Amino acid sequence: MAIVEGRFRLDGVEIPFQPGQTIMDAALAAAVYIPHLCHHPALLPHGSCRVCVVRVNGREVSSCTTPATAGLEVESETEALRALRVAILQMLFVEGNHVCPACERTGACELQAVAYHCGMLEPHFTHFFPRRELDASHPDLVLDLNRCILCERCVRASRDLDRKRVFAVAGRGLDSHLIVDSPTGRLGDSRLELTDQAAHICPVGAILLRQRAGDVGERHGFRVPIGERPYDRESISRVGDVATLVEES
Amino acid sequence: MLSSLETAAHPERLRRVVIDPVTRVEGHGKVTLLLDDEGHVRQARLHIVEFRGFEKFIQGRPYWELPVLVQRLCGICPVSHHLAAAKACDQLVGVDQLTATAEKVRRLMHYGQVLQSHALHFFHLASPDLLFGFDDAVAHRNIVGVIQEHPEIARQGVLLRKYGQEVIRITSGKRIHGSGAVPGGVNKAVSAVERDLLRADIGQVLAWAQAAVALIKRLYEAERAGFDRFASVASNSLSLVDDSGHLELYEGGLRACDASGQILFDHADCGDYARLLREEIKPWSYMKFPFIAALGPEHGWYRVGPLARINNCDRIATPLAETERQAFVALANGQPVQAALATHWARLIELLYCAEAIERLLDDPELSGTELITEGVLRQRGIGVLEAPRGTLFHHYEIDENGLIRKANLIVSTTNNNQVMNESIRQVARCYLDGHQLTEPLLNQIEVAIRAYDPCLSCATHALGQMPLQLDLVDADGRLEDRLQRHADGTVLRCDVPDAADARDRFGACGC
Repeated sequence: MAIVEGRFRLDGVEIPFQPGQTIMDAALAAAVYIPHLCHHPALLPHGSCRVCVVRVNGREVSSCTTPATAGLEVESETEALRALRVAILQMLFVEGNHVCPACERTGACELQAVAYHCGMLEPHFTHFFPRRELDASHPDLVLDLNRCILCERCVRASRDLDRKRVFAVAGRGLDSHLIVDSPTGRLGDSRLELTDQAAHICPVGAILLRQRAGDVGERHGFRVPIGERPYDRESISRVGDVATLVEES
Repeated sequence: MLSSLETAAHPERLRRVVIDPVTRVEGHGKVTLLLDDEGHVRQARLHIVEFRGFEKFIQGRPYWELPVLVQRLCGICPVSHHLAAAKACDQLVGVDQLTATAEKVRRLMHYGQVLQSHALHFFHLASPDLLFGFDDAVAHRNIVGVIQEHPEIARQGVLLRKYGQEVIRITSGKRIHGSGAVPGGVNKAVSAVERDLLRADIGQVLAWAQAAVALIKRLYEAERAGFDRFASVASNSLSLVDDSGHLELYEGGLRACDASGQILFDHADCGDYARLLREEIKPWSYMKFPFIAALGPEHGWYRVGPLARINNCDRIATPLAETERQAFVALANGQPVQAALATHWARLIELLYCAEAIERLLDDPELSGTELITEGVLRQRGIGVLEAPRGTLFHHYEIDENGLIRKANLIVSTTNNNQVMNESIRQVARCYLDGHQLTEPLLNQIEVAIRAYDPCLSCATHALGQMPLQLDLVDADGRLEDRLQRHADGTVLRCDVPDAADARDRFGACGC
């Protein structure tokens, strides 16, 4: 049976979709960017960061969890939605300790790139300055909870792609925090390996590849010169997973 | 020998004059003068009123963040901190010798940094005093006045700095706060296109650098007697020199000379700095007071920076700067030059040296090599030392088995100059202000003395948690009623002040 392709309108542009796709899936496949953080094309939708908020038939919904339906009128790049996204981003920045000038993911960080894209110019809210742990017990990876935005990409990747369940979120509300499944709670005692997809899927600088003596050939972190980092020259709306999906298609 | 003007016997009886802020320096500082009824200066102090805390808050961070994180100490000389931290990190990752390309790219970055910083200081900050006189109208004695009256000098100053910034951008990715140096090497080489870009202007930069040296020589010679005497302080000198005793800004051994030029120690391993140098803490400043351990705090304080470097070195490896050095050392007949204002002259000789060194490097094919990073085995301790524009800069880090920073100690160039700057302002206070009605031009002389050292006050204040503090309770008539002192070991003691008990009754006891 032939696949029936439908269409909806996103900011006035016709977007084709296939059954089962969300608004986000269809938009990315059509090379139309909707800002997002917790969404990743390889993972099941999560809808937790709310940065991908769009307006559908008068209601605000997360585009990564809303099924595409024929005839929908979707608004994304409006001033009101931009302001909402900026407020969400500002809250993410002040809830953690995001020191972009000293972070090795600067220029490669999706939170930073999305904030630039959305026009966030200052944090606006009072910084929480929480005291959070940095776990450097793993031989290949570092977990810096100062930068964790609880997007749960690592949780989903470890569970659904790596089949390990190394990560989970514990606590509620402001006490929510990432935990590691190991006898000590330390990353070094967990089953996480450098080859796991969960080790490479963090959108911010919370899960980092360790800079080791002896890995001269590896280029990550500060070894990538300014100007060659993913978002140095182009906005995330052009070189993020939009571009990846278009290349694949 | 320390000056008698550091601490007055009865400060509560003296009139207080404050210069706050000290202008045309990097960072925030103030000078306090205490004068008696006849206008005689009884106490003169340079206070650093900024508070930083880098040594504390980098604890627990991964070592590879250091070169990028610690350079945020400063916006003028971040490259110096970037490179000093990178040198310390080289040791942490077990690398004693970088690839030729990595070392040359770092050197190029460093020469660009010293060139731009020296140009900034001389043309933007110091030249108004030297071109117009210390007592020129304050509204005119600034960079705008220089642009109006000496547009070509101002233009050359701006463009010299711009060239240095371009060198930094090409080697580190950004003009300020780049990321070129990484533990064990650099993250990029200099491409042929970038090399050609810098080559196109280096001839002009050399000509301007020579003109800058000629300018300071002319200014100095015109006021020779006064400049020789002004803020002149006989001090020890500390700097790096290379194996041959040449001027060295990036990598070398420590040389210290006394005020007569006699060598106190030479080619000392920088890793031994903690044995050779100590730091004293005083309750009235956030900035420490380093001294040569063997001489003690009374006699061991020293000068760093351009004047110390030109005094200390046997020669300079580039011809134009060496010719100028020889003219400079003739100032004091081969003895160390101790005039604070001669620091400007020495600074511009270094600017010329940097321009020549950049020219040499741009002809070196290894600058574009592909071997960028060297590997090694992780160590627990790394000490990086280099000559920043303002003087010798020490970065010392210790890490735990996971690579997280356990301990950090920074001795920043301006900190090294703390005592000599204080002695210079005391000399000025004693010779030029004592017994006079204080006016803005007279007080500017204090600032002129400080500016000669090009202090970077925001770099220099970084202690946290161990800094002694003094809390004074003064009544409405200015009488000292009570005094609490927190010492370096954290203890808090109440000083014996007459009538303090009465004061506590009136104001309530402090909860410390």
